[in-house]
Amino acid sequence: MATEVKVPVLGESITEATLGEWLKKPGEAVQADEPIASLETDKVSVEVPSPVAGVMGEWAVKVGDTVEVGAMIATIEAGDGSAAAKPAAAPAAAPAATAGQQAPAQPSSDTPAALSPSVRRAVLETGVDPSNLKGTGKDGRLTKDDVLAAKPAAAPAAEPLPVAPSVAAATGRKEERVRMTRLRQTIAKRLKDAQNTAAMLTTFNDVDMTAVIEARAKYKDLFEKKHGVRLGFMGFFTKAATMALKDIPSVNASIEGDEIVYHDYADISVAVSGPGGLVVPVIRDADQMSVAQIEKTIGDFGKRAKDGTLKMDEMKGGTFTISNGGVFGSLMSTPIINPPQAAVLGLHRIEERPVVRDGQVVVRPMMYLALSYDHRLIDGREAVTFLVALKNAIEDPTRILIDL
Amino acid sequence: MADFDFDVLVIGSGPGGYVAAIRAAQLGLRTACVESRETLGGTCLNVGCIPSKAMLHASEYFDAAANGTMAKMGIKVTPELDLPAMHAQRIDAVTQLTGGIAYLFKKNKVTWLKGRGAFVDAHTVQVGEQTVTAKDIVIATGSSVTPLPGVTVDQKVVVDSTGALELGKVPEHMVVIGGGVIGLELGSVWRRLGAKVTCIEYLDQILPGFDGDIRKEANKIFKKQGIEFKLSTKVTGVSVSGDTASITVEPAAGGEAETITADCVLVAIGRRPNTDGLALDKAGLSVNARGQIDTDHRFQTTVPGIWAIGDVIPGPMLAHKAEDEGIAVAENIGGLTGIVNHNVIPSVVYTWPEIAGVGLTEEAAKEKGEIKVGKFPMAGNSRAKTNHEPDGFVKIIADAKSDRVIGVWAIAVPAGTMIAEAALGMEMGATSEDIAYTCHAHPTHSEAIKEAAMAVRGKAIHI
Repeated sequence: MATEVKVPVLGESITEATLGEWLKKPGEAVQADEPIASLETDKVSVEVPSPVAGVMGEWAVKVGDTVEVGAMIATIEAGDGSAAAKPAAAPAAAPAATAGQQAPAQPSSDTPAALSPSVRRAVLETGVDPSNLKGTGKDGRLTKDDVLAAKPAAAPAAEPLPVAPSVAAATGRKEERVRMTRLRQTIAKRLKDAQNTAAMLTTFNDVDMTAVIEARAKYKDLFEKKHGVRLGFMGFFTKAATMALKDIPSVNASIEGDEIVYHDYADISVAVSGPGGLVVPVIRDADQMSVAQIEKTIGDFGKRAKDGTLKMDEMKGGTFTISNGGVFGSLMSTPIINPPQAAVLGLHRIEERPVVRDGQVVVRPMMYLALSYDHRLIDGREAVTFLVALKNAIEDPTRILIDL
Repeated sequence: MADFDFDVLVIGSGPGGYVAAIRAAQLGLRTACVESRETLGGTCLNVGCIPSKAMLHASEYFDAAANGTMAKMGIKVTPELDLPAMHAQRIDAVTQLTGGIAYLFKKNKVTWLKGRGAFVDAHTVQVGEQTVTAKDIVIATGSSVTPLPGVTVDQKVVVDSTGALELGKVPEHMVVIGGGVIGLELGSVWRRLGAKVTCIEYLDQILPGFDGDIRKEANKIFKKQGIEFKLSTKVTGVSVSGDTASITVEPAAGGEAETITADCVLVAIGRRPNTDGLALDKAGLSVNARGQIDTDHRFQTTVPGIWAIGDVIPGPMLAHKAEDEGIAVAENIGGLTGIVNHNVIPSVVYTWPEIAGVGLTEEAAKEKGEIKVGKFPMAGNSRAKTNHEPDGFVKIIADAKSDRVIGVWAIAVPAGTMIAEAALGMEMGATSEDIAYTCHAHPTHSEAIKEAAMAVRGKAIHI
């Protein structure tokens, strides 16, 4: 009951190779994917991996022989190389030759026959390793749900995530081909469209978060008590942004055809983490909201993004976007504009850095700010002014109160 | 490239091909299927599974009337055979089913290309006068009867399975060369209709590949029914003179020769994959030592975009194996995940009683590790007994440590139907205990499966 090892596809127009070296002797234990022989072609030397774990069988060809692509060069016998009997726990696991003919070999570790068909398909599709999972089915059996629940980043909107099982390339390295989901294809297109239409560049600044951090430390409990929601940073940044947007209206505008559309409302798109990736719901009329209302809205978005219950309407529109890469540890970045908006503000991680205040080196919690903007609409002076206004408002929150 | 005529081109419309074509079309792919016969359905529908089951079923009725079975139940009848009518109902079944495939093709918008297909290159196939291109091509050309060297099949005196389905009269003496599934099924048909049947088998037992106990018991049952067996015997020559054939045989290991005369010889030594005329080399493909096309576990050949399934690739030559591969290959081409579990493919012999098995034989199971076996005779099953059909037994083989069922074998009137339960159980990782504690309706033959399961680790009730 042996598995044949065949000469793999070696490359375009290469039909044969010479057996250069045997790397395993008959009787030696072999792991799945471990190289068992080395083949030589005109161009390159290539290792042949074993398709299964087992014991090296007889060599079918000798060193120096010419072999064709697809030819059998050796067999791998079942077993673990020692005299011990195979563990009886999974007796049906090894592919059995039926009526003396080897059926197309099962991928060795991908689809143990101990799993029911729906579970096997789920394993193949998600690439989840079933051996580490706890089964919730009868007698602890794995169910399809157990496998899907263990999937690292679930695909959104019920699109089956088609995954081709790994194919060992000629050099023994694996490749995995995953067809793009419709969502990802759409995201890809929109991002490229944004880059291709806007004259996009990024201006940077930094902001001293001391004032905001002190305010939070001082008032967080009271805030939460009164408003029922935690006082975060986004409330401050959103309010500061809406103020600055009023001062620099082009940052809050969009180009439609050959017209510039100025909005006298601020619908702020906030990027939140969803199960399928980033989603960007819109806080409508954020300029009219209090910090507490903004925090409540963002909190609600975050929760519903995780549940996947955000509505399509909630993600339409928006006049300006705020994206926080700081939660993932980003130091600085150049965010891509969310068309048809004209600009996007990127927030980053807050880090204690040495800065100079009044001639003295002090340590302050600093954050880099990035504003990517469409230069067709917003000129450099405006972009910088916007960012400086935002920075000032955050460093001295009183300015938000008095609209300065 | 949107320039291909079709997304998928399937060569062959047998159970593998037509299923692959329909599934591909269901997945939204523009699909065409090449078939050189006048009707769809391949060997199975036209000259295999379906017509043989039609003859087996009809001859079962005749046999019941002729051999005293009906008389025992109070029905006095002396049957008269109207062979043309029996053939007509066979043809009717075939016509209805092949027509059904044509309807399914229309319904799913699968284009039927009539003619023989041959590769021009990896994406181009010549079908008659037409040249057709496709992004993905599935080779599902199936298999044909293996000829016996030195023996010419004239479909009159010396026939193969196709000829054996259409005999114009009941032979006086039919010699069946080959004690496998096809030989036994067709031999059974003509024995029931009145022929003397001698079955010559090269190995020491009929039904190679089946569980040892099954092979022995089947042999006994068929012998009781009147089939004469010559085991461990090889055929050294067949000569035909007029309406008579002379078959020379000798012991497989060598020895004294013997000549048998018969008016009908059925050559049923096996089948071989169909690749002649496909011009595989034009597509960059070749066959292995057994004449099959090798594929990986996704049914992809060594040429990207060309796939192969069914009898033309390694594995048991069974229609249901081809069908499952057809669905899997279409799903793989369509970007989904197709799966086939080649460890759980049932085998069925449609004789009376039927013989069926799935998973490992007891011999193969013993080689892998410690096992426990539970057996239950059909004579202990209420339904079988009530129907006066006590022949056969059910055997369940389970792993000794985990109790997981790894093989089930049965001889019983509806064994082919009973085995589906075993296959599902094995796919779900059932233990013999799981089967033993699952409620089986009474009185049915399936209770024998339950009792055999009970016998694995403990005791059955009804024996």
